[in-house]
Amino acid sequence: MIDLKVNGVARSFDGDSNMPLLWYLRDVLALTGTKFGCGEALCGACTVHKNGEAIRSCVAAMRTVGGAEITTIEGISHDGLHPVQKAWIDANVPQCGYCQAGQIMQAVAFLKSKKNPTDDDIDGAMAGNICRCGTYQRIRAAIKAAAGEQS
Amino acid sequence: MSAIENVSRRGFLKGVVSTGAFVLCARLYPEALWAADSLPLDSRVEGAPLHPSIFLGIETDGTVYIVAHRSEMGTGIRTSLPLVVADEMDADWKRVKIEQAIGDERYGNQDTDGSHSIRDFYDVMREVGATARVMLIQAAAQQWGVSPSECTADPVHAVVHRATGRRATYGDLATAAAKLPVPKKEDLQFKPKSGWRYVGKGTPSYDLDAICTGRAEYGMDAHVDGMLYASIEHPPVLGGKVKSYDDKGPLAVHGVRQVIPIDPFQGPPASQPLGGVAVVGDNTWAVFQGRKKLNVVWENGANESYSSDEFKKELRKSSRTAGKVVRNSGDVEAAFSKGGKVIEADYYVPLLAHASMEPPVAVADFKDGRVTAWAPTQDPQAVQETIAKVMGIPKDNVICHVTLLGGAFGRKSMADYVAEAAVLSKKTGRPVKVVWSREDDIKFDYYNAVAAIYMKAALGPDGKPSAWLQRSAFTPIPSTFAPNVEYGSEGELGMGSTDVPFDIANLRVENGPATAHVRIGWLRSVSNIFHGFAVQSFADELAAAAGRDRVEYLLELIGPARILNLAEFGYPNYGGAPDKYPVDTGRLRHVLELAAEKSDWAKRSRSKGKGSGLGVAVHRSFLTYVATVVEVEVSSGGEVRIPRVDTVVDAGLVVNPEMTRAQFEGAAVFGTSIVRSGEITATKGVVDQGNFDDYPVARINEAPYKTNVHIVDSSAPPAGVGEPGVPPFLAAFCNAIFAATGKRVRDLPLSKTSLSA
Repeated sequence: MIDLKVNGVARSFDGDSNMPLLWYLRDVLALTGTKFGCGEALCGACTVHKNGEAIRSCVAAMRTVGGAEITTIEGISHDGLHPVQKAWIDANVPQCGYCQAGQIMQAVAFLKSKKNPTDDDIDGAMAGNICRCGTYQRIRAAIKAAAGEQS
Repeated sequence: MSAIENVSRRGFLKGVVSTGAFVLCARLYPEALWAADSLPLDSRVEGAPLHPSIFLGIETDGTVYIVAHRSEMGTGIRTSLPLVVADEMDADWKRVKIEQAIGDERYGNQDTDGSHSIRDFYDVMREVGATARVMLIQAAAQQWGVSPSECTADPVHAVVHRATGRRATYGDLATAAAKLPVPKKEDLQFKPKSGWRYVGKGTPSYDLDAICTGRAEYGMDAHVDGMLYASIEHPPVLGGKVKSYDDKGPLAVHGVRQVIPIDPFQGPPASQPLGGVAVVGDNTWAVFQGRKKLNVVWENGANESYSSDEFKKELRKSSRTAGKVVRNSGDVEAAFSKGGKVIEADYYVPLLAHASMEPPVAVADFKDGRVTAWAPTQDPQAVQETIAKVMGIPKDNVICHVTLLGGAFGRKSMADYVAEAAVLSKKTGRPVKVVWSREDDIKFDYYNAVAAIYMKAALGPDGKPSAWLQRSAFTPIPSTFAPNVEYGSEGELGMGSTDVPFDIANLRVENGPATAHVRIGWLRSVSNIFHGFAVQSFADELAAAAGRDRVEYLLELIGPARILNLAEFGYPNYGGAPDKYPVDTGRLRHVLELAAEKSDWAKRSRSKGKGSGLGVAVHRSFLTYVATVVEVEVSSGGEVRIPRVDTVVDAGLVVNPEMTRAQFEGAAVFGTSIVRSGEITATKGVVDQGNFDDYPVARINEAPYKTNVHIVDSSAPPAGVGEPGVPPFLAAFCNAIFAATGKRVRDLPLSKTSLSA
């Protein structure tokens, strides 16, 4: 039995402990905001927070998240929008939108550690998150706007 | 051409609006479109019957429902078309709710591809909106016993009697309007451009908040109670068949329930399931694991002989051998034989995969001879047709719900993956969700054609070509649908080949044969990718040979402003009527001149030193004129950065400039991926790539740092914006690399050319 918290709610899991967190979130808990993109930690679409840090849930086996606090896009803000979500909306970032939950989760974790990121900082932090529609320049602008808000 | 009907009492939009609501529908004649010749699954046929098409409902509480019948894959079409209706009827956008249409031929064409949604449906959306406004005003005027001409809908979502200030909201008026006859089209008054509220202004996506909060529902998120999950091991070689497999291994995996073979396709693949062996179970992870234990032994069939390296040589040979002449004027051979400076070049673009972030996925539920499907599809009617064919049931027995699409770029106009879910639902007796892995997506795509293009020109004493020959050999899309197709269709050749816009006396365009060994399909901008790349790269080569400024030289190649008549070469013009959408070299010149101005070309192209440079290209596709200037920096180690891109777009009337800008920003990134790393290869018929490690796409640090999009203010009829940004970017990028390094990129991707100093 693996006990964990997902968006503040205590959960226990007794299935295959090798199952990646992604599929537990999506197929078991029906938290579908976290997306499947590659299954190999190559694209970032599945990014969630484990104890506040961004991880790729598609390669995080359930046995590695016992006792962890997991936060998904659905749990990022309890009252209205998170500043990063707001910045994303203001910059009109998404096109198809499929990767954006992962992008936002990556950006939220990143901005906790970097208050005033440079372009290089942003590129470094976000290079693991692919957007096939090509919204990168808006992602960069939204991250800067959100950083400005929080500082 | 359309006719609006008042269907308030006929049960349309049932379950969406309540009794007493006002519902209009448009009966639409689909415009005779680019019927991509000889493609049997293309549903955009000429002379389609009269169909009720677009629905608009006004609820008594004032909520306006507009049906979106096109698929949303990121272009914003689900927002932009309803926006046209809302604008023309003076509705408050905040009170508009969008209903996504299921697949139904009564909507007319629903295949959301070819960048034609706005141009095909702009007029009818306006008409629906204007009709609603006129009827609401009439309802108010009747109630007040005044003339409709004394009333206005200016205040948004309400009608006001100017003289007395009496006011009634649209909700108040819905029931009365529902009882009125529909005004004649001739009696409609359209709002002047100055009165537009939303069109031309830039409204964000209807789904923006849902996307940013994780609530947006894609095909990957579709869920039906009691559904099983399935993952399919496809034949690694196209046309391969299962010889044997092990079902004990998969069945031993916790959560796996069944192992089910799927029949191989018959005849050309078209959109039939590929066949193989499905593992079905309780969750995605279980079936992915089960699949690894199948140990399928395959009978690969004839395509096992396919090796992309060998094929490249054959293709090159085909492009170097006299082919089918598809356009000819003057006498190129005579001009070449006169000597002078003759320049030749060979270009090559490999197979390309779509790699949309959401892999193919679908849910289907088969019950009592009927199928209900939920799919991220560009073409729900193709889903109906495909499932009907594969399952042997009538098309009307297939209901296809359209989810949001997590990218598509042409891949999701094919319905093979949805049919797989239907087949498995029938076999299991349960709803089934088929999930393709990324590897499935990359290895079993409908690839963009692999192409070799041979170019030859003779330069006169003035440096301008006296003769131009271009010959492309590429695996044609119709080969996916019919046996023994080796030559390109008029549609494919009309994307950068037969429509080469240059003013050259002796000009010949040819097409060489090529046989496909994988499924070929439509990828964002299609054969414009390789034709545009070759033509605009070669133009740059000629300018370099002539020692000329690139922009000036391109303007000379284009020649004076004029209308090109390409009808005699079978040029389909993307289905656009030649009088409405002429090939106008004046507009082509204009975007180029403007791109030079916006990019400060004259100054910046000269001031660039070693290791940095500007490139330019101009191309018309999907009836839209685009010029792009790319700036690159190349390090001594050969690493390429793209600090800036300037793109000028003349797409006629632009409904949503904000989304249009986004499309061109995205096209630059899409083009970056093609140039930097787009390459699918195959060994013994098996595709070598499988995920983002060996089929990389541009990341934030590799994409252009900043793309500036300038939209030409135009009142010409609306044209496409989803695709036309890609072709000119490719050549402009490579031309910039030449400017920076003196190295010419003729073979894509870039990794084939050493750029280190």
